[in-house]
Amino acid sequence: MARTELALLALSCAWLQLSCATRTAAVSAPAAPSRARLDVWPERVSLAGRWSKQRLMVTERQRDGTLRDVTSAARFQSKNAAVAFVEGGVVKPAADGVTTITVSTAGGRASLEARVERTQATQVSFLNYVWPALSKLGCNATACHGARAGKGGLQLSLFGAEPQADYDALTRAAGGRRIDRVTPLESLVFRKLAGATPHQGGVKLKAGTAEFEIFSAWLTQGAPYSHAQDPHIVSLAVHPPTLRMAKDQAHPLLVSAVFSDGSQQDVTADATYLSANVKVASITDGLVKAAGLGESAIVIGYMRRQAVVPITVPQVLQQPFPPLEANNRIDELVYRKLRSLGIPPSPGATDFEFLRRVRLDATGVLPTAAEVRAFLADDRPDKRGMLIERLLASDEFTDFWTLKWSDLLRIKSEYPVRIWPKAVAVYYQWVRESVAANKPYDQFVHELITSNGSNFRNGPANFVRAVPSKDPQTIGETAALLFLGARFGCARCHGHPSESWSVEDHLGLGAFFGKVNFKPTLEWKEEIVYSDPKRNLRHPSTRLMVAPKTPGGAQSIIAPDSDPRLLFAEWLTSPNNPFFTRNIVNRIWFWLLGRGIVQEPDDLRDSNPPENPELLDYLAKTLVENHYDLKSIFRLILNSRTYQRSSMPNRWNTWDEAHFSHYRAKRLSAEQLLDAVSQVTGIAEKFISRIPEPFSNWPVNSRAAQLSDGNAECSFLDMFGRPGRDTPYEEERSFELSLRQALYFLNSEQLAAKISASPLIRQLAQPGKNDGEIVDELYLATLSRFPKETEKRTLLEYLAKNRNARAQAVQDVAWAVLNAKEFLFNH
Amino acid sequence: MLDIQGRRIGPSHDAEGRRDFLRVGAASLLGLNLAEWFQLQAAGVAKEAKAKCVIQLWMAGGPTQTDTFDPKPEAGEDFSGPLRRPAATKVAGMRVSELLPLLAKQADKYTIIRSMTHMNNAHETAAYIMQTGTLPSAELVYPGIGAIVALKKNEAGYKGSLPPYITLTNPLGRFSEAGFLGNNYKTFAPGGDPNAKEFRVQGIVPPRGMTADRFAARRSLLKSIDTLAAGLDAGEMPAPFHAMDEFQEKAYNLILGDARKAFDLSEEKDELRNRYGRNHFGQSCLLARRLAERGVPFITINDGGWDTHKQNFDAMRRKLPILDGGFATLLEDLAQRGLLDGTIVTWYGEFGRAPRVSLEPPWFGGRHHWGNCFSAVVAGGGFQGGHVLGATDNRGENVRDRPVYPWDLTASIYQLMGIDPQGRLPHPQGCTAYVSPIASGAIASGGLLKEIL
Repeated sequence: MARTELALLALSCAWLQLSCATRTAAVSAPAAPSRARLDVWPERVSLAGRWSKQRLMVTERQRDGTLRDVTSAARFQSKNAAVAFVEGGVVKPAADGVTTITVSTAGGRASLEARVERTQATQVSFLNYVWPALSKLGCNATACHGARAGKGGLQLSLFGAEPQADYDALTRAAGGRRIDRVTPLESLVFRKLAGATPHQGGVKLKAGTAEFEIFSAWLTQGAPYSHAQDPHIVSLAVHPPTLRMAKDQAHPLLVSAVFSDGSQQDVTADATYLSANVKVASITDGLVKAAGLGESAIVIGYMRRQAVVPITVPQVLQQPFPPLEANNRIDELVYRKLRSLGIPPSPGATDFEFLRRVRLDATGVLPTAAEVRAFLADDRPDKRGMLIERLLASDEFTDFWTLKWSDLLRIKSEYPVRIWPKAVAVYYQWVRESVAANKPYDQFVHELITSNGSNFRNGPANFVRAVPSKDPQTIGETAALLFLGARFGCARCHGHPSESWSVEDHLGLGAFFGKVNFKPTLEWKEEIVYSDPKRNLRHPSTRLMVAPKTPGGAQSIIAPDSDPRLLFAEWLTSPNNPFFTRNIVNRIWFWLLGRGIVQEPDDLRDSNPPENPELLDYLAKTLVENHYDLKSIFRLILNSRTYQRSSMPNRWNTWDEAHFSHYRAKRLSAEQLLDAVSQVTGIAEKFISRIPEPFSNWPVNSRAAQLSDGNAECSFLDMFGRPGRDTPYEEERSFELSLRQALYFLNSEQLAAKISASPLIRQLAQPGKNDGEIVDELYLATLSRFPKETEKRTLLEYLAKNRNARAQAVQDVAWAVLNAKEFLFNH
Repeated sequence: MLDIQGRRIGPSHDAEGRRDFLRVGAASLLGLNLAEWFQLQAAGVAKEAKAKCVIQLWMAGGPTQTDTFDPKPEAGEDFSGPLRRPAATKVAGMRVSELLPLLAKQADKYTIIRSMTHMNNAHETAAYIMQTGTLPSAELVYPGIGAIVALKKNEAGYKGSLPPYITLTNPLGRFSEAGFLGNNYKTFAPGGDPNAKEFRVQGIVPPRGMTADRFAARRSLLKSIDTLAAGLDAGEMPAPFHAMDEFQEKAYNLILGDARKAFDLSEEKDELRNRYGRNHFGQSCLLARRLAERGVPFITINDGGWDTHKQNFDAMRRKLPILDGGFATLLEDLAQRGLLDGTIVTWYGEFGRAPRVSLEPPWFGGRHHWGNCFSAVVAGGGFQGGHVLGATDNRGENVRDRPVYPWDLTASIYQLMGIDPQGRLPHPQGCTAYVSPIASGAIASGGLLKEIL
């Protein structure tokens, strides 16, 4: 895990000190008229081997400190082209020796040394040349031999995740017929690549290219896997390690592979590049272009190694950044980021906006008209904080967060892929009691991971059962996703394309659950979960027992009669495991603010850096200090000014989606919306689940947020994106809008019936109520505020005009507010 | 996944699955193997759309094959029950149940596939397999055919004001039919009974008592009070607010435009309505034809009640005449209007039912689940009619000839719809997801239904 931590540390450093570590060859330009300093990277060129090369980067440091890439305008001159020559900004070897390369631009000159060695005797092995070439040629891509079942009989690991297997596939599989050791250049693999034998993928090797020479040299040299003395890739070095750019500016990146012997090789042209946010930065062939304001990260990959370069494109403000008041540490850390990006936040939310928002976000329930009146009339200065405390202690809070955990834990009766209604009830009850007691999060998770016994009696024993496939690897994958935010799924079949998780990591994780077993009882569909000493996870190809291994950690030795789940739970919930706490605080942040500090909220990995690492670490640290009290994190966030910002963007932060400069308006979730409509109309929804039997019924007046079974039938909830609880991903809950939703609200009989049958709306339409009261009351109950002057006038006119059909007119007004964005959104 | 005989049919990581695939491929007389498949692709056959629309008749619960399209009177009464006299059809040698006389007259229009197989006997899993054309995997919930058709038609610029994927009239609700494609590809299910005097399509037909004037007044009232973010310029407005306005606009077009007339069955002649059958299923078939006429690319009719563990034959006497009227009239009507060539009609459920009748209490002549082999019917849209594809053994218990797996059938449907079965689907976690698992080559297959394409 140290690897990831270091990377995170490096990132934090990058965010703080934007110019840290730009060790360029600082060759001073000739004095007088120069307006800039010329920097050339790298400081010196060292080429080893016939196919080595080195791209050069030339930048001018402007007076104001910013860097300007002038590589394309620079002229390069090698003193001795017989040793090394420059072609399109790339230094290439000719023969062993040393020479000097001169760089000149309109602004100055610089020179650097180029050393060339081993051009004659280049030993080619699979690992050092052929394996990278397979990636470069695209042989191991999904569309070709990297496909699950290979192509044309040849199967390679996806993106070269498993070099040994790929070597075997080329040299040993199919009876070794792909390699001809007597006449190497007649080898099938070479003939296919060079187009001598028909190849569905086309001609890949053209004479004269480096890859052509590599393959022929490798085959001629006996197609070895590796030589003992071959250095192997350790990491990637990128220059510059971080970039702060102006919008529309472009800047190249130089990528080197760092080998175990300390040597480096330029792989700029061979690496893969991905921008985390293409709206901010695009990347083509190693050239970063600042397309928009904000932040992105360029994820660079080369032969299972990767590096991340944070990109910042700040907004230039014409006036000084406004002074900002902080309620707590969260605000200070958020403001630091906003300042560095030049994004002034929106003003604070009004009292009624805050009340409606916090009520929905913390408890899922719309405030009643009476509540709004009372809160608006309250003139105590700390009324917001007191409200937050009241909500955190409410039963509605418990209901709402039990619902959230029930989504993630997939509490849904659907036999055989999931659990029986009885188990659902018991599991739900356990979660609810845990949330109500504010059970420390480490204990909550520990119980889920390690519980045994009847799944009809011991709720958390269902953790290993409420998965579509109860094999150890699926359970391990689920645990990693839920409690580490790590998406291991890809590594089940192939190495994770953008991470270093391998198939072995996936197996090692699964092995912690390798002894989990189930047995039936005399009670219909009851299962006993237990740790079976006789069971083990076996490697799918070797059939050997797999030893448990924490992600990125070492293998564990487990006594045959002990339950490895205990070890996993200990490691997982240890205060020294930052991933455990970062995952949950990031999720809480996402639940309340609609976007994670790491987005997606359940995709924590090196190549998806947090928007604000200090903020994430601060929250994680606070959680440990508070003994895993989750409510303390809710309290901290809800009390921050960051949470309490208006949702209306100002002219400087409209574009901001990721830095919390304004509250992110989101459609009410399925349950929130249904419960809000029920509350406003006074017509409750009836819930039932018929399949599988026995039927489950919920008490009349149950709110949707109180449903214990994801299987409860309700077309409204389905239409508005309640999660199917098919997977443990957060994104299963949909906040998308759709045509069907619009039709339902604008024109459905269901909503019309609720409005016309509503005792509350009927009461409002009683003779004797004056029109002003009706409008006020409807506004308070739905939009949690008094109507504005203009709105009131419009509505009063409407009521007056339709005096003959008063009941209908009141219904029309109710219909209109229920269809307003202000009702449908939490803003 | 192991089937009931311990034979592996799922995708597998080892050589075994591959051998299985080759074996099955070779065993099928005309089925395609993967190499042929690629040739077909190269020739561009897959890209040309013959069909514009699919009408899927979904028989939830699993309809019996031996009492419908694969009668086995020769197997004796323990198997055939009281239905011992299958009807000859318009096509020489093709027999169907004696309770399907109208369909017997339309036999030249459809092909019976008698060798469907997936080996799964659980409703949920089998329905998933048939609806998605894939086997269940641990963390991936696949979209159903309708959702994939909707996605691909949207990508191809579907402009109709009716939703591209419509269910008549209630969704299955047993699993997310849009799978990982998400909420926007879920089916539009109007609910209600098209046979009812006042069939109101929820959301499209205005609620009772709503006049055009009042509807217009409401609309302008909403416009005047929908003030959130109204002070912002269009460019500054948060994206979901924009989307909300757009969907409301689309909804109004649908409510006020002509498209909703598709749901007005009173436009049809009584005589035709009667022929379809004055019942939920029959009128749904008629409605499906009206939607197909208006270019809706995927319509499914979810019919239930086929899970006949008990008193199967009473159920057949009740249900088959209804099926007969709706299905047969649909084929005839589509053909008369020249729509059948461009409209695929399919009929099947999640599996078949046991050929041997359970006579003992509490079943009293029931039939249990049978995923080993069952029948499907396909017609129109490029599928040839008047054929029987594949065969079962003398008792109808096992596939004897030409196995057809669910993905063979769905890939053939995609192909006719001009959707490349090897095409990709957008996957939320960035995995490679194909339209049909047949594209991965790692699944047992009998090949495309080349015989009847």
